[in-house]
Formats: sequence, C-alpha cells, structure tokens
Amino acid sequence: MSQKVVKRLQAELGSAVTGTDDFRGDDEVFVELGSWVKAAEFLKNDPECAMDHFGDLTAVDWPEREHAGGARFDLVLYLRSAEKKTRIFLRTQVPDGKEAPTLTKVWPGANWAEREVYDMFGIRFAGHPDMRRILMYEEFEGFPLRKDYPIDRVQPLVEYRDVDDTLKLPPFGIEEGQPFGRIDWQARLEGVGEQVSPSIGVQTGERRSLSDSEIAEEQAVDLEKREAISHKTEEAGASAPSE
Amino acid sequence: MEPIEEILTEDEALELPTEPMRLNMGPSHPAMHGTIRMVLDLDGETILNVDIQPGYLHRGFEKSCERGTYAQVYPYADRLNYVSPMLNNVGFSLACEKLLGIQVPDRCAYYRVILGELSRICDHFTCNGASAMELGAFTPFLWLLKVRDWIWDILEKESGARMTHSFGRIGGMAHPPTPGFKEDVRAILPEIRKVVAEAEGLLLKNRIFLDRTQGIGKLSKERALALGVTGPMLRSTGVAYDVRKDHPYSLYDRFDFDVPVGTDGDNWDRFMVRMEEIRQSMRIIEQALEQMPDEGPINVEDPRIMLPPKREVYSTIEATIAHFKLVMEGMKPPKGRVYSMVEGGNGELGFHITSDGSGTPYRIRVRPPCWYNLQAAREMLIGDMIADIVPTFGSVNMIGGECDR
Amino acid sequence: MGEVTHDSKGQLKVLGGDLPVPAFTTKFDALLAWARKYSLFQYPFATACCGMEFFAVAGPRYDVARFGAEAPRFSPRQSDVLWVVGTISQRQGPALKRIYEQMTEPKWVVAFGTCASCGGFYDNYTTIPGVDKIVPVDVYIPGCPPRPEAVLDGLMLLMEKIQKGVHGEPVSVPPAKVLEEAQDRAKKRTGNDAPRRIEK
Repeated sequence: MSQKVVKRLQAELGSAVTGTDDFRGDDEVFVELGSWVKAAEFLKNDPECAMDHFGDLTAVDWPEREHAGGARFDLVLYLRSAEKKTRIFLRTQVPDGKEAPTLTKVWPGANWAEREVYDMFGIRFAGHPDMRRILMYEEFEGFPLRKDYPIDRVQPLVEYRDVDDTLKLPPFGIEEGQPFGRIDWQARLEGVGEQVSPSIGVQTGERRSLSDSEIAEEQAVDLEKREAISHKTEEAGASAPSE
Repeated sequence: MEPIEEILTEDEALELPTEPMRLNMGPSHPAMHGTIRMVLDLDGETILNVDIQPGYLHRGFEKSCERGTYAQVYPYADRLNYVSPMLNNVGFSLACEKLLGIQVPDRCAYYRVILGELSRICDHFTCNGASAMELGAFTPFLWLLKVRDWIWDILEKESGARMTHSFGRIGGMAHPPTPGFKEDVRAILPEIRKVVAEAEGLLLKNRIFLDRTQGIGKLSKERALALGVTGPMLRSTGVAYDVRKDHPYSLYDRFDFDVPVGTDGDNWDRFMVRMEEIRQSMRIIEQALEQMPDEGPINVEDPRIMLPPKREVYSTIEATIAHFKLVMEGMKPPKGRVYSMVEGGNGELGFHITSDGSGTPYRIRVRPPCWYNLQAAREMLIGDMIADIVPTFGSVNMIGGECDR
Repeated sequence: MGEVTHDSKGQLKVLGGDLPVPAFTTKFDALLAWARKYSLFQYPFATACCGMEFFAVAGPRYDVARFGAEAPRFSPRQSDVLWVVGTISQRQGPALKRIYEQMTEPKWVVAFGTCASCGGFYDNYTTIPGVDKIVPVDVYIPGCPPRPEAVLDGLMLLMEKIQKGVHGEPVSVPPAKVLEEAQDRAKKRTGNDAPRRIEK
C-alpha cells in the first residue's frame, strides 16, 4: 500500500537509501543518518506522501553490532498519512556518542519522543529545544534501556529505611522478585566466562537457548565446574558493597 | 453596589498588575492522577507556560519485557492501560501473531472483539465519570462507575480476574467463552444504554459543566496530527482516524459502525465523542454477538505456539515435553520486526516488536497513545485559566501506566 | 454501683443491672481509639492500576462509607490514613516521604496492592520494592490489584489495630517461619550481603 511512498523516497534520496524491507507488510526504508531530516521533510511535504501524522520515534540497542564495528543504535521513525491512510517506517543507524539531528522542526510531536530516546538510550539530538531526561530523574546515571544496564541496579532518591522492627516486617523480602530468564548482558558482551541464572542455567558469552543441545551436554558434563562458578558468584555477591 | 464597568470610563481601565508566578502542581495532586507534575508559569490566573513532567509512574515495562518469554509479557501489558486491560491483551496478541504470521480462528476473533469493546466502554465510562467528578459532579461519577462493576462481573466470569486479566494468549485466548457469555452480555447492553442516557441527562444541561467544558482546551486539527495525537482526542478535532476503520485488524471490517468526530477539539467534544463511542461499541458488540459461532476452536492448532490441554500434559509424555518447552523457552518467532496496532482506549496502541529469533523478545516498544496526547495538553492549556487544567487534563484521559510505562 | 469490667481487648463494656440510667464505662484510650477507628480520614496516594480498584471500593457496590472511612482529604495535614495505592517509583519516593512527614500523629499507612507492599513483578531499576523501604507500613493488602473484599478486610484489620493501640501485638502475624526468615534477612542486610546493587 505504501510501496509508492518507498519508491518516491528512493527516487528522491538516491544512494542515501541503503535498503528497504517489507516484513509482514510493514514497509520500511533504511536511510543514512546524514539524510535523516531530509527524508523526513520530504515525506512530510511531498504531496504524494503527505506524512502529516507523527506516529512514533524509538530506538533499538544493538551492542553486538558495535562490537562488530557497526553503529550501535537504530532509530526507528513511524509515520502515517491522515489523508492517504498509508504508513511507513524510516530507520537509520546512530553510533554511540554521536548526535542525531532532531525532527522537532518537522513534527513538534517528536519532542517528547526524542527526549525519551535520550533518557532511555543516551542518544542526544542536535538542535532539540529541551534535551532533558523525561521518564527518569535528573540524578539517575546511565541509560536504562541499553542492554548493558543491569535491570536490577537501582539508584534510590530516598535512602531506604533500615527496618529491624520485626513486628512491622512484611512477610517477604526485597530480593523476592521473579528472577526468571535474566540475561546477563555484561557477561554476554564482555565474554566474561559463564554466569549462572536461576531459571535459565548456565549462560555463556554468547546467547544460546536451552534447546541448544551443546548447552545441555555442557551442563551434564561440567556439573562440577558449574558448581564452582555458582560458588564464585555467591562470593562475588557477598563482597559487593551494601549500599 | 454598581458593577465596576460602569464606574470606569474607557480610558482609565482598572489595572491590577501581577507578577508572573511559578506554581507547582502534582505529582500528588488529586487531579493529576498521582503521576504527573506540572510546573506552571502564571500571570494572575492565566497560564503563560506549562512544563508537563511525566515519568512518575515509569515502571520499566520495556526493560522487563526483555528478560522473559513472550507469554510473560502479558501481565505487564495488562498494566499499561489499566482501565481497559483487555485491549492491551488483544493488542499484544495481535502483534505476536503478526510476527508469527498466523491468524486465530473466527470464534476467537469475535470473542476478542466483544471483550475488547466491553473494555473500551469501561474506559470511556471511567474517563468521563472521573472528569465529571473533578468538576464537582460526584453523582454521575458513581452512576457511571456502577456500569464498570457490571462489565467487570462479566470479565471476571470469563477470565477470572476483575481488571488485570492476562487472558490473551499468543494464538488464542486462555479459555473459550463460558456457556452463558452471550446472554450475559446481551442482558447488560440495554442497562448500559439506560445509564448513558441518564448520565447525559445529569450533565449535559448543567450550566457549570457546560461552562467549564465548552470552548476550553481547544486543539486544532493540524497541530493534533503533527503532535501525534490519536484516539478520541484526535477525533474530537475533526479527523476521523480510527484504527478499526482505517487499518482494520481482527474482524473490524465486518461490522457496521460509525466514527464520531467533533468540530472544535475542546473538552466538550472529547466528552461527547467518548459518549458516542460507547454507543458505537455497543453496536459492534451486538453485531459480533450475532455473528459469533457457538462452536468451534478458540486457539490455533500449533503445538509450537499453544500450550497443550492440561489433561494431556498430565497424561502423555509428548504433551508434557511440549508444555515444558513452551513454558521454559517460549515460542520462537522468526527474526524480524513488526509493528502492530489496535485502537486502544485512548488511541492508537502499537506494539513494536523486534525479534532475534529466540524465545525472549529482543525489544518491545509500546507506542503509548497517552504519551502523545499528554504532550499536546501543553498547547491546550496555555492561555487558559488555572482552573481549566482540571477539566482539560481530565479529558485527555492520561493513564499513568501507559504514559510512563 | 454496678460492677466495672473491662474486656481484655479494651473494648467498650455496657453495664446493665441496677443502674438508674443506662451507662457504660471504658478506658479513655479505648474510647479515643474507638472514636478514631470509625472516622478515618484518608489520603489516597493513588498512582497506578490499584487506583481503579480503589475507585471500586469507594463506589456504590462496596461502599467504604459503611466503615466511616469514605472521606478523602487531599491535604496530608487533615488525614489519618495514608493509602499508598499503586506502584511507587524511585522518582515518586521523595513525594511520598514528604507527604508522610506532613501528616500529623496519630497516622497510619496502608500498602494497597503488591506493588506498594513489595514491588511485585516490577523488580527493576525504577521501582521501590515496597513502600516500607521509605515509610513504615501498618497494613499490607496483597493482590494485583486486591479485590475490594480484600481491601475492606485490610481496612478492618487497620481498625482492629487502631483499637488495640500503638503498642499492641500485630493483628495478623505471619507464620513463625516467615518471621524467622525476615529476621535473617534483616541480619543479612546489615551485614555484607547485598542482594541488590544499590548505588548512590
């Protein structure tokens, strides 16, 4: 349905379009970061495209691509035309530490979306009128949706009470969450040997699932080794600072 | 005493110079739903500028999704828009099914439509009731809230939970409809109609209500589109964009219903659009009840996606293994990324799934309708009075769980 | 004179017998507690999903007004009970603490729902794992969200607690094993073992 839009964009931008995709009917155009704003402006102002309805802007973190020498982040823009009832996705790659150009001048709706991308991924937008954190607080360090930010690292604003009044203690503790399927991205990225997860079992530097027969074999053979590692991780946990 | 206008002549206007004042509102302000902070710059009572600060209910939805299987996203998805959880359930199911390239049986699709529309009715009732309450009309609030309990009774009977159902499954629903489902729904529809009429009777001729909604919080069509506004808020400005009509998903192309639109994009239009949508939802439900088959499968028959029946899990080794693999590893969709959207309670609710081929989603992004609607609230508020924040913000229907995720 | 008796819980005791007028005697504290427990002014700190069930409790079907606890006061200075309804994020923490500090004694806190009690399944970088990490909690109501019946049960527990006074025994004690585990945890927390990475 929006193939025409894809073709027009390709004709307009030429070699800046690095590829297209239509997986499950979602037409997507990959462009270079340099023509990000140009592509957006064209989509909005071209009467054939008329993408006047701002949809969404988000990012995806690919740390492994960065290890392989590519850019770390994908920026994904989703647009819609109210008149033509067509939709299109625009995607570009942003290396870590590099600023992306802002789209707030094209669609004011990109304002909060870009602030969120900055807050969650740490991609700054050049020319954005108000580049502040939006979901997290100013004191927060790091960018939580990056794969290497551990999901359970909290940075409290209020110091936790030291509860020793057992009469007021709840029948559960703070560590009683649901430790299902934790993927240790740090271990995976740095390749620091193995890490034991309570539900998945041994995780090696690569991400492999349980069905992998190799892992099953490893688990059977290296039982001793695994116990040694779990012992080690316990020790590591014990020596971590309490606050 | 004479009115002040008569004392003053044209050229000696009464001047009470005020200095601009900065005022903080929220996050624990009752009208801010506990999760929004507004920093207002005021000139007297007129709002010069407002900085809306969301994020007080950021619960890490997207990060949490990246550590479980696809099925484990359902409870989180439920708690996005907690006023209409079933719509989120259905939305996430549809996104996963799009990723897998499957379609659920018709009976299931009808079932989803009916449950989803019931949720939408709940959503609009809660929004309109709460905005009326914030204007001081407590009776309509209680009046509309009782409908929610009726609908929740049906949803509880079907799913087992009053509001956070986790009832959707990838490729179906957790249970087939209960035997009395159609009768239950048919029984409450006339009652809901009655309540809608009664609530309108209570509110629509009330001078206070009219004054505080008509012409307040206006938004233009072009700005709404550029700001990414969707749902009832966009329709109130005159753009007839409804995902159910424009990009029909599930079976919405089989139903005959209208998309109500407003003209001014003010609070009154938003209120009336929601009221009319309740009626349209009931029309859809009635047609769906007529068309829904009483017999037939609910789930797709694919052991790689659906859990085997409990009975077989306990009696055959194949089913036990399939169950184990599905629970521990989850279903494995192909590599790729999809965007699937439904018309949620507040607009276009999209799930943007990136899959790396494993049983855990690589990244799930929700396109939260509230997020963009709330962003537009700034433009609606500037220039209005400070007291207009309450009805305007109420009619935006900001749902913290969805906005901040 | 009639015989003056107290029931062991300090409840009101109506005296019958040969008194000229119907009368009752009680301890002053017990009378005060009795008065307090039936006129609770609540501060609903409703942030998330549980707020919907909180509406339902206030609504016509479950009608919290039967317990004299229906009047919401949106000023912490005028309220007795702080209902923490819903997830409290780290960012929300200072606001919650501030509100609790502004309330006048005697004050009680109810953790409504799993998120307020222990963080629930939001065990991640942004959620406070239970509001008792910030303010002391008197009653925990489990459920995600709790049914209105559970909420009313929690409210009645709170009323019982108020009647017993501040220094009374807990009204509902978790099993001994749970308590032991909790003590162990508390001991661990003060030691070196940190289950969560907390950074300042």
